[in-house]
Amino acid sequence: MNIPSNIITLIIGIVITLISLWYGQHHGLMPVAASKDAEQIDGIFNFMMTIATGLFLLVEGILLYCVIRFRRRPGDQTDGPPVEGNVPLEILWTAIPTVIVFILAVYSFEVYNSLGGLDPVISADRPSETVAMKQHHAGHDHMLAMAPQSRVALGIGTSPENGKVEPLVVDVKGIQYAWIFSYPETGIISGELHAPIDRPVQLNISAGDVIHAVWIPQLRLKQDAIPGHDATLVFKTDVAGEYPIICAELCGSYHGGMKAMFYAQTPDEFETWVAANRPASESGEAVALHLPDPQIMTDTEYLAPYAQEMGINSAALAQVKAVSADAI
Amino acid sequence: MTTAIEHLTGQLPRRKWTDYFTFCTDHKVIGIQYLVTSFLFFFIGGSFAEAMRTELATPDPDFVSPELYNQLMTLHGTIMIFLWIVPAGAAFANYLIPLMIGAEDMAFPRLNAVAFWLTPPGGVLLIASFFVGAPQAGWTSYPPLSLISGKWGEEIWILSVLLVGTSSILGAINFVTTILKMRIKDMDLHSMPLFCWAMLATSSLILLSTPVLAAALILLSFDLIAGTSFFNPTGGGDPVVYQHLFWFYSHPAVYIMILPFFGVISEVIPVHARKPIFGYRAIAYSSLAISFLGLIVWAHHMFTSGTPGWLRMFFMATTMLIAVPTGIKIFSWCGTLWGGKINLNSAMLFAIGFLASFLMGGLTGIMVASVPFDIHVHDTYFVVGHFHYVLFGGSALALFSGVYHWFPKMTGKMVNENLGRLHFALMFIGLNLTFLPMHQLGLQGMNRRIALYDPQFQGLNQLSTLGAYLLAVSTFPFVINVIWSLWKGEAAARNPWRALTLEWQTASPPIIENFEEEPVLWSGPYDFGIDSETIDSEETVAEMLAEVGAEAR
Ligand code: HEM
Ligand SMILES: [Cu+2]
Ligand SMILES: [Cu+2]
Repeated sequence: MNIPSNIITLIIGIVITLISLWYGQHHGLMPVAASKDAEQIDGIFNFMMTIATGLFLLVEGILLYCVIRFRRRPGDQTDGPPVEGNVPLEILWTAIPTVIVFILAVYSFEVYNSLGGLDPVISADRPSETVAMKQHHAGHDHMLAMAPQSRVALGIGTSPENGKVEPLVVDVKGIQYAWIFSYPETGIISGELHAPIDRPVQLNISAGDVIHAVWIPQLRLKQDAIPGHDATLVFKTDVAGEYPIICAELCGSYHGGMKAMFYAQTPDEFETWVAANRPASESGEAVALHLPDPQIMTDTEYLAPYAQEMGINSAALAQVKAVSADAI
Repeated sequence: MTTAIEHLTGQLPRRKWTDYFTFCTDHKVIGIQYLVTSFLFFFIGGSFAEAMRTELATPDPDFVSPELYNQLMTLHGTIMIFLWIVPAGAAFANYLIPLMIGAEDMAFPRLNAVAFWLTPPGGVLLIASFFVGAPQAGWTSYPPLSLISGKWGEEIWILSVLLVGTSSILGAINFVTTILKMRIKDMDLHSMPLFCWAMLATSSLILLSTPVLAAALILLSFDLIAGTSFFNPTGGGDPVVYQHLFWFYSHPAVYIMILPFFGVISEVIPVHARKPIFGYRAIAYSSLAISFLGLIVWAHHMFTSGTPGWLRMFFMATTMLIAVPTGIKIFSWCGTLWGGKINLNSAMLFAIGFLASFLMGGLTGIMVASVPFDIHVHDTYFVVGHFHYVLFGGSALALFSGVYHWFPKMTGKMVNENLGRLHFALMFIGLNLTFLPMHQLGLQGMNRRIALYDPQFQGLNQLSTLGAYLLAVSTFPFVINVIWSLWKGEAAARNPWRALTLEWQTASPPIIENFEEEPVLWSGPYDFGIDSETIDSEETVAEMLAEVGAEAR
């Protein structure tokens, strides 16, 4: 077999390694990372990009080399050498992917765990009472405002009682084609997500009609909103900014238009926003109790009183109406 | 009509063109029927893709309405999977398996014909659904959306998927039985061509998983028309259960779509590199390993829906493991190329193009197996880029490689290599231009299945659309080539590539009974360079040249 001399192999190996290491860190493919968790996920991605670049260069290089070096010369009707296999080589190239995959699995597991993915409260499939009690115990009196759900909490994030700072709880409801954010703490209901940086945010995600998915690319987080399954997503932002919230699950014709904004604000800015948007009655509890029951009303009815303050434009509302009409 | 085989004049009994429109039980006819049908659907599914890409050239939904976009998207996905790639795999299997194992026909010829004749109605029905409002819920048809977005379109979708699903189950029964029971005496499992191994793995997978899809769809259909609530949350049903059932089939379906073409590649590369396949057993067993692992990874499509944490971790590990047998295959094919005498004809170019682009799909596949990363890219264009590299860069390129490789056998005519190379060049460039930018789009924040997108993504989308047009253009040299070669092409010898598998021991195209006399296993399927005296002796070459003369009319 024609294996290039050792020194050349070595040089090629070093060059490939250097290119992979450099590209793995400098691909610039990800948007801004707005949280520590997002940076961890970027860490995995960079690691995978490094390995993938290396394997890519190696295999494509071999292919290119073969095509050039081992091309059949015109008139040559002979066969190549009858090499049927090479046990050490085959063991080597079985072992290498196995090791890579093992490292990657462990690394991913670690990151997933530190994101709170294996937190027993957040990620377990439990009856809602358990979690409701735990949350009550942790000092949440806002459970009243949550719509009754059969099951609870499949998502990511550390459970509320684990964090030192009490999270900002936001109930997120996806309907065709809008997100509704209600803030039990202040009684605000809005079409925008506002949260202070440096304080955990707990999204309680539910769906009114079909499956939607909350995706905030800058946080690298996504969670489906499935009718009948509540989900929780806990995160903390570190970088103030305006980030899109995108619906990532096909939910109908205007799925592409289903967007909202997430404003990660400094605590001062956040307080200003709360003050400006707090309902006139002042008391969060009262408003929470007056919340219309989404289970009884249609989405259009449910949405109508809030259409103004939510900033949902008339076009979006018309769509919602049109769709509810279609669905009948 | 002549029934006698007239060896001396080279005038062999041929099929009439009308036979291809009948309930013919000849596996070769059925193979061609599958192949031609699947290509018709490829052109239809491809034109839907062009319409989608045209829409996506600009951020606004201005070319088609968002409803129509979703219909095109749903039909594109469904057609490409169930009416192009899967039937094309069945086409090769039908045509080649009996020839490769020296059998006269499949084990159950009538069942075979039934299996084929379920496919065209399935496809026609699906396309006819435009008249009542085509389905819009994507090829996954997740409830509750599929339950509220147009009842009849959805019902037709279910019906046609059930038809083609039944077809592939019947086909699989036939392939398994034929491979296990009908080999000529001397051929044990380990001297069987690797394509047969690949079909054995594929068929077992079909038999285990497709019935589950059928069950899911029948329940969905009850929800749709009988008002039950298996999956309908308003009546207490659980949409996540549907997802489990659906992906229990549809993840293995990905391997059903790629394994036969792994088989094709294992046939093409040794012949045109003039070397034995590197690691025969490794390739054979890795197919089985892939189909076993393929059955226990389905929930990686559901990392962002209701899946408990530990389950996500389990599915992450099993999914990543698939990289090992897949890696073994890729390295073995590279090992086969290494040191060979590579003939860069169209078949080989497509095979190498397959290796180059399937690698991309494989690498991004390991990435999306990582749960934390997949949470970011799930349902984005990153995934769209990934699976098109697997399906187009993988299955489809290998399919074309197979078409160029066996065209002489199937038609008795050689293809025009220049047109073939042009086809390859355009398709390979177009493919990368179309699907590479999608990865970046997804990472940056473009979600999939949308007709309207954020203007910041326009640049990359225009590149992608340009690539899609190039892909459309690339099919012209192919179609012209096929028509021209059929009509005026040079006559093909029995064995123009000097290959060693049995299908090349009979006439091109084979006679109705496949072989004039029972074929003999005179070498292993890939024993190139081993017994070079017999294979490359002047005598053999002279014999072959004589045949070319005899068969040319
Ligand atoms: C002509 C080349 C092709 C182009 C330009 C193309 C383009 C597209 C586009 C733009 C989408 C929509 C992605 C989304 O919004 O989620 C799509 C979806 C899809 N394509 Fe292709 N595609 C091509 C070939 C293929 C092939 C060869 C296959 C399979 C064999 C395939 C299978 C699929 C599937 C399964 C979907 C998903 C549909 C769904 O989400 O329901 N495509 N394609
Ligand atoms: Cu949505
Ligand atoms: Cu959506």
